[in-house]
Amino acid sequence: MSVLFDNIDLFAKGFWLTLQVCILSAIGAVIIGTVVAVLRISPIPPLRWLGTAYVTVFRNAPLTVVFFLAAFGLPALGSNAEFLNIPGLNLLFSRLDYDLPYFRFAVFALMIYTGAFVCEALRSGVNAVPPGQAEAARAIGLTFSQNLRHVVLPQAWRAAIVPLGSVIIAMIKNSAIAGFFGLAGDLSQTGYDLVVARGEAVLPVFVGISLGFLLLTMPLGLLLDRFERQAVRAR
Amino acid sequence: MSNQAVLYDAPGPKARRLTLIVSIVAAVVAVVGAYFFIYRPLKENGQLSMELWGPLIDPGNENFDQLWQRLGQGFKATIIAAVLAIICSLLFGTALAILRVQLRSVRTVPGVQLLISVLNLITRICVEVLRGIPVVITIFFVWVGLNQLGAKDIVIPLSDIGLADLTISYLLYSLVIGLTIYNGVVIGEILRSGMEGLPRGQREAADAIGLSTFQTIRLVLLPQAYRIMLPALISQLVVVLKDTSLGFIITYEEILRVAGQTVQVLGNGIQTYVVVGAIYIAANYTLSKIAEYTQRRMARGRKTPRQPGGGAQLPPASLGADTELPALVAKLDD
Amino acid sequence: MRINRLAALAAVTVFALAATACGGDDKNSGSGSGGDVSTDVSFAAGSTMQKLHDAKKIKVGTKYDQPGFGLKGLDGKPAGFDVEIAKIIAGKLGLKADQIEWSESPSAVREQVIEQGTVDIVVATYTINDTRKQRISFAGPYYEAGQTIMVRTDESGISGPDSFKAGDKKVCSVTNSTPANNIKKYLGSEAQQLVLFDTYQKCVDALTAKQVDAVTTDNVILLGFIDKNPGKFKLAGDTFTKEPYGIGLKKDDKVFRDWINDVLERAFSDGSYQKAWDSTAGKIQNAKLGSPPAIVRY
Repeated sequence: MSVLFDNIDLFAKGFWLTLQVCILSAIGAVIIGTVVAVLRISPIPPLRWLGTAYVTVFRNAPLTVVFFLAAFGLPALGSNAEFLNIPGLNLLFSRLDYDLPYFRFAVFALMIYTGAFVCEALRSGVNAVPPGQAEAARAIGLTFSQNLRHVVLPQAWRAAIVPLGSVIIAMIKNSAIAGFFGLAGDLSQTGYDLVVARGEAVLPVFVGISLGFLLLTMPLGLLLDRFERQAVRAR
Repeated sequence: MSNQAVLYDAPGPKARRLTLIVSIVAAVVAVVGAYFFIYRPLKENGQLSMELWGPLIDPGNENFDQLWQRLGQGFKATIIAAVLAIICSLLFGTALAILRVQLRSVRTVPGVQLLISVLNLITRICVEVLRGIPVVITIFFVWVGLNQLGAKDIVIPLSDIGLADLTISYLLYSLVIGLTIYNGVVIGEILRSGMEGLPRGQREAADAIGLSTFQTIRLVLLPQAYRIMLPALISQLVVVLKDTSLGFIITYEEILRVAGQTVQVLGNGIQTYVVVGAIYIAANYTLSKIAEYTQRRMARGRKTPRQPGGGAQLPPASLGADTELPALVAKLDD
Repeated sequence: MRINRLAALAAVTVFALAATACGGDDKNSGSGSGGDVSTDVSFAAGSTMQKLHDAKKIKVGTKYDQPGFGLKGLDGKPAGFDVEIAKIIAGKLGLKADQIEWSESPSAVREQVIEQGTVDIVVATYTINDTRKQRISFAGPYYEAGQTIMVRTDESGISGPDSFKAGDKKVCSVTNSTPANNIKKYLGSEAQQLVLFDTYQKCVDALTAKQVDAVTTDNVILLGFIDKNPGKFKLAGDTFTKEPYGIGLKKDDKVFRDWINDVLERAFSDGSYQKAWDSTAGKIQNAKLGSPPAIVRY
């Protein structure tokens, strides 16, 4: 168990890096997911098909393939994911403006993968709004976008919070895969490093890594549980 | 039935014309964008050359047969691991669900009751912990741990009955154990929330005709829970299939790792992974469609109990896997 | 609905195509050539050699992703210099090449699989060092490699490991390999300069795509990549470490170790060593065998 305390700085660094990846990917995924959800429920068929195609591809492809194509396909397309380097963000997330693009690739891959699931969560939220609301909105003459903006989406958000939360929790766990695709130093790589390179005992390292991830997922989970119970009581 | 139809009026002639124009513009933008951002850079990088794509799509290429044979072996390994993991997860998940519901509903002497509450708490903690750890980590540490304990291949000697010996490589069962631990727990939670969401009347009626707790679970609650939670269960199975691709970390030779090896020889990384990705998408899509079809058949075939209110939604949201979200689920008022 | 059904049909077709491509041999039997198989052998009773000879099977751990040393080809069989050395040893045990059971030995569990007996020997670009000697023992060395650096042909800023101190050149290697750990000492900032993947091919891809400026590992592997991509890469500077490759086996099995050392010395002198090299890594341009290293007995 002394392994844990001796290497606490390694664990902390890994935890911080994983946290950075998760925060950035979560923000990006919600943005992408919202856009795709709107595409899927829009009245224009080609946009609907685009949305459905996006969701079908990224829900059925394994994350490892997405990571690989992000790490090697993007350079082939001539991009270093510099578009993710939003000025100002790199003060907090230092790896955004490194020359080494693998942090940005990892964030990008997680973003577009999770975006598909966020879209589905939002859509289930929209489906939860009683159709009478939308019909009433149409009856008083609101257009599609007004309908969405003023009537449906605000109500859909409340219903979508719970599925959205579980999607984000799944994403936090998926971020562990990033360590195997060029991102040096995140939590899963730290574990791998300690067990393999330094031959430390397996069990303490496992406990340490698990604690790290539980620290990220548990609070969110408990929050969601409480929200869900509140929602049920409110009705 | 989708709410989409109510969000906008049925399009009249002006709206139809507008839709047509926007569609054409969107299509043109998409094609031009694809050309400039995808086709041209790839061509310049030489990624579209036949040398790289040949072994994958051209039957005349010298490497085609061997490459696809290797990929086929990898795919077979993937399917075997997935099927084993699915069966084990279902068994483990069902047992876990039964255990938890049993612990919650049993009422006995106060002393034993305390023990049961403690057991309940321990089970709850285990479940929350195992669901909160990424599958990658579980698989990796199970593999390293089993290696340290000296795990070896299991050989089932079938030569006595004239067949070849069946070897289960220790990589395979490490992967299956890792997958089962995680997915079994998630499936257990799905089934448990399904059982607990059933109307109280079911349990009371079972009690009234004198069934024990275990019999109630086995004969009344579990079958209904399965039927109701089928969509969530099926999507969890799709997750299992996708997670078998994590076997590449422990050197299990499923299709992704085989692709990594052939890429070493042929040098066509992006192309191979695109094809492998397409295979996965096709397989998962097929699985989901089969599931939807089965569910529709079952829903048509028998009268399911009314959709329960309140409780039997998705599994408790905390730490849920990336499960699919059946549209019917979110209706909180019935 | 129709599109859905069409898509489902397409999906099932792809599925079926992939499934029919199945079949073919799953067993990892080595390919044809190898050392000569001794027919008339006798060993000390109770020794590992006798046990392996009687079992008619030897379990060898090797690498499946190191070009030139241990690479699983498209036919599903491992091939390379390490593979040939293992075949020579198996031959002297009286075992044919197809009686070798190959498995992959990733660095994560190399010592464990030897300790637990999951494999009998490990021939997998296994560098001899004292930390490892605490858990297992080494026969050999049978080859002395050296770590070096590979860059693109138009790269002029890297002449050796010291070029990384400045902090602007990026290097790639394989997770938890000895070369990766060695290069860390020369880097200005690990987070900004070091990229680790699980195979060398990914590093080479990253080098081609200009994501990194250098790939570092043992020189023969790099020469193999230079060979396969004519005109794209070159070596930068000389080797800056010495990596003696040894054969890993159980720690206390001195009898077996001495016997393997004898086999190696005989192979050095009777030409099979040279033949093993020429048929595998020797085909790589500029890869030289050099004189056989001095066996270290202990």
